[in-house]
Amino acid sequence: MRKLVYGAAASFVLATSAMAASGDNTLNIAWKSELTTLDRFNSASPEINIVQHLVFDGLIYRDPDTFEYKPALATEWEFTDDKTLELVLRRGVTFQNGEPFNADDVVATIKYITDPDNPIVTGNNTSWIDSAAKIGDYKVRINLKEPFPAAVEYLAGPIPMYPNEYLASVGKEGFSTKPIGTGPYRVTDSEPGRSITFEKNDAYWDGSPKGKPSIGKIVQRTIPDSNTQVAELLSGGIDWMWRVPEDQASKLGDVGNVTVQANETMRVGFILFDSSGRAGGSPFQKVAVRRAISHAIDRESMSKKLVGGGSRSVHTLCFPLQFGCTDEGAVKYEYSPDKAKKLLAEAGYPKGFEFDIYAFSNRPYTEAVVNYLRAVGVQANLRFLQFPALFKKLQAGEIQAAHMNWGSYGISDVSALTSRFFKGGKTDYAQDKDVQTWIEKADASVNGDERKQLYKKALDRIADQAYALPMFSYVNYLAFSSDLKLPPQADEFPHLYRAAWK
Amino acid sequence: MAAFALRRVLLAALVAITVSAIAFGLLYLSGDPVRALAGENATDEVIQRLSQEYGFDRPIGEQFLSWLGKAVTGDFGKSIYFNTDVAEMIWDRLPITMALGVMALGFAICLSIPLGVLAALRPNTFVDKAALTISLFGQALPNFWFAILLIILFGLTLRWLPISGNSSFAHFILPAVALGYYATPAFMRLIRAEMMDVLASDYIRTARAKGLSTSSVLFKHALRNAIIPVVSLAAVQLGFMLGGSVIIEQVFAIKGLGALAWESISRSDYPVVQALVLVISVIYVGLTLCADLLNAAIDPRLRHGH
Repeated sequence: MRKLVYGAAASFVLATSAMAASGDNTLNIAWKSELTTLDRFNSASPEINIVQHLVFDGLIYRDPDTFEYKPALATEWEFTDDKTLELVLRRGVTFQNGEPFNADDVVATIKYITDPDNPIVTGNNTSWIDSAAKIGDYKVRINLKEPFPAAVEYLAGPIPMYPNEYLASVGKEGFSTKPIGTGPYRVTDSEPGRSITFEKNDAYWDGSPKGKPSIGKIVQRTIPDSNTQVAELLSGGIDWMWRVPEDQASKLGDVGNVTVQANETMRVGFILFDSSGRAGGSPFQKVAVRRAISHAIDRESMSKKLVGGGSRSVHTLCFPLQFGCTDEGAVKYEYSPDKAKKLLAEAGYPKGFEFDIYAFSNRPYTEAVVNYLRAVGVQANLRFLQFPALFKKLQAGEIQAAHMNWGSYGISDVSALTSRFFKGGKTDYAQDKDVQTWIEKADASVNGDERKQLYKKALDRIADQAYALPMFSYVNYLAFSSDLKLPPQADEFPHLYRAAWK
Repeated sequence: MAAFALRRVLLAALVAITVSAIAFGLLYLSGDPVRALAGENATDEVIQRLSQEYGFDRPIGEQFLSWLGKAVTGDFGKSIYFNTDVAEMIWDRLPITMALGVMALGFAICLSIPLGVLAALRPNTFVDKAALTISLFGQALPNFWFAILLIILFGLTLRWLPISGNSSFAHFILPAVALGYYATPAFMRLIRAEMMDVLASDYIRTARAKGLSTSSVLFKHALRNAIIPVVSLAAVQLGFMLGGSVIIEQVFAIKGLGALAWESISRSDYPVVQALVLVISVIYVGLTLCADLLNAAIDPRLRHGH
């Protein structure tokens, strides 16, 4: 089938290149999922990050290429003590509705995201914040609940600034379809779940690290089927798509007029074992079994052949570029079915055993895992669920093993990944008191070296005890019209404000 | 006839209520939407408060009855995720799915009448077999696959028609063909059988004996009678197409009821799913009822059969 698509495409694309392109200065894009809201704090959809980059700015900007922090709506920031962060705000910035940006907006945004009576959906990203106070028109203080050195990383991530007066007048509901930010594009039309129209903000503030936008209009449509997206891309109906499946990406690359870009992301896959028996008695309570499974799966091959595009296999439960991530000296489980069988026999399972493995995305990856396990006599039954359903089961302690992946919300700090699964919360299946203590200390320490040391101890223990088997990093394939210029980036969520026509 | 009609209407109402009760119960088993609503860090108090707000803490029977009571007045509540009126969402999308269904039906009938007539004229010949094969393909091809073939040919290679969306009439052509082709064999076989019956009847022989032209016999006398049962089949098929549109709407990115159903189920957006099940089952039951009544009107034997 796909051969047919590409065959047909190759012959015609060259002849009739990019109907939709540069002519009317509109960039047509498509993605799969329906965004139910454009309020960044109330959506966990990956696509909301793309909207955030376009419509909003944060206090701090993280360069998508170098991960360096740059001044955005705040020009300076400083920890006055472990739990207090003071920021000087930029003058002369206005929101897209003309409302001037100042300290009141920061205070209102922080209040909006920390209000215990109206919890936001992405609460884990903001749970470290206690409150914010205005010190002057252009100076604010953010009070932390406890020391949290990754604060700057979070502020440069999923925490954009909202306009206080507008937010108060339209409320959460109004904001969900007609958001206003200070960003390079404003939303001029939106039909929830169907389409969003962005137009260039001509009054975008000078000196933004994002630069001035180039393309006049960006029109997003929801197209649920990726074959249809590809057909639209090839016929010029859309100019840009993301999350292209690997097999399609490699073929699309051979078709003229389409650029395929592979960006390694912070998303890391891992298999989480019920080491503490939360879901009732389980073979995974024996360390030998967990180590056996770790030896049974050829992660290197999976990473190279199934994921491709610069994916790397990992040995500790974090993304290599995240602060605190290291696999130096950690136990590494090489692929060895023989060792796996031997360990299984030692653990009392010479004939293997049967269990349910839960997964929620990239089904072929988990199917490969099931095959590797079958080769050493272990029968894994794949239970494929939607993420919310799986996460609920996970939190309720009902899962023996889950093939997870976690994008850390693009936050380059292990607190966004390792801490979420090993700090004693609802998703902690190891229940290792030492690990919990080390991570708690590391999360709260302001001393960088001390944090690194503590995280290393935790990561080493997790690897040694095989509480989870880290798999590999994920790759995000973008495919777009060759008339489009879009620099590659090192983080997961596309920065479309950087797009320009050639 | 009146008693028969009344019996049928009551039965139809009962079916619609039963279907929505079952749907209500099934959804209940599939999980708790409050946790998803409340977010990652919600405390138990918040979850409890939201539960109360949305009424998820009351016994299921009570929830169902209060929902049904409001539904009868057209109030389906609000979508958990979009926070908009469910009735409005459905009202917005119903014309889209209906247009798709009617166009698909039109295509199926336009294709199957000539095929059926041809097959009836030359039974058990090459023509008959060829007509049957063409229509059987419709049933044998998975419709999502057929849809992709259509996209490749007419959207990508020939560039005659738009590939996805629902912003113009042209956008509906490919999906209507993909959806309607599936229903072709049923129509074609029915028309073939009816035509053969009619063509063998005395009045056709008389018409022929009178020296009427072949086309006049075929279209004025035979087809007009043969086509009556097709009307009732069409009503039922339209119901099927509302269900079949779930997949077709996904492939062609049409924002109709089918797409809404699919998305709402995967999000556990209870109020939307419940309303959709009720609306679609009412439409389906209504169409079947029409078909029954039509059949009974045409053929008096059916009225007394039970």
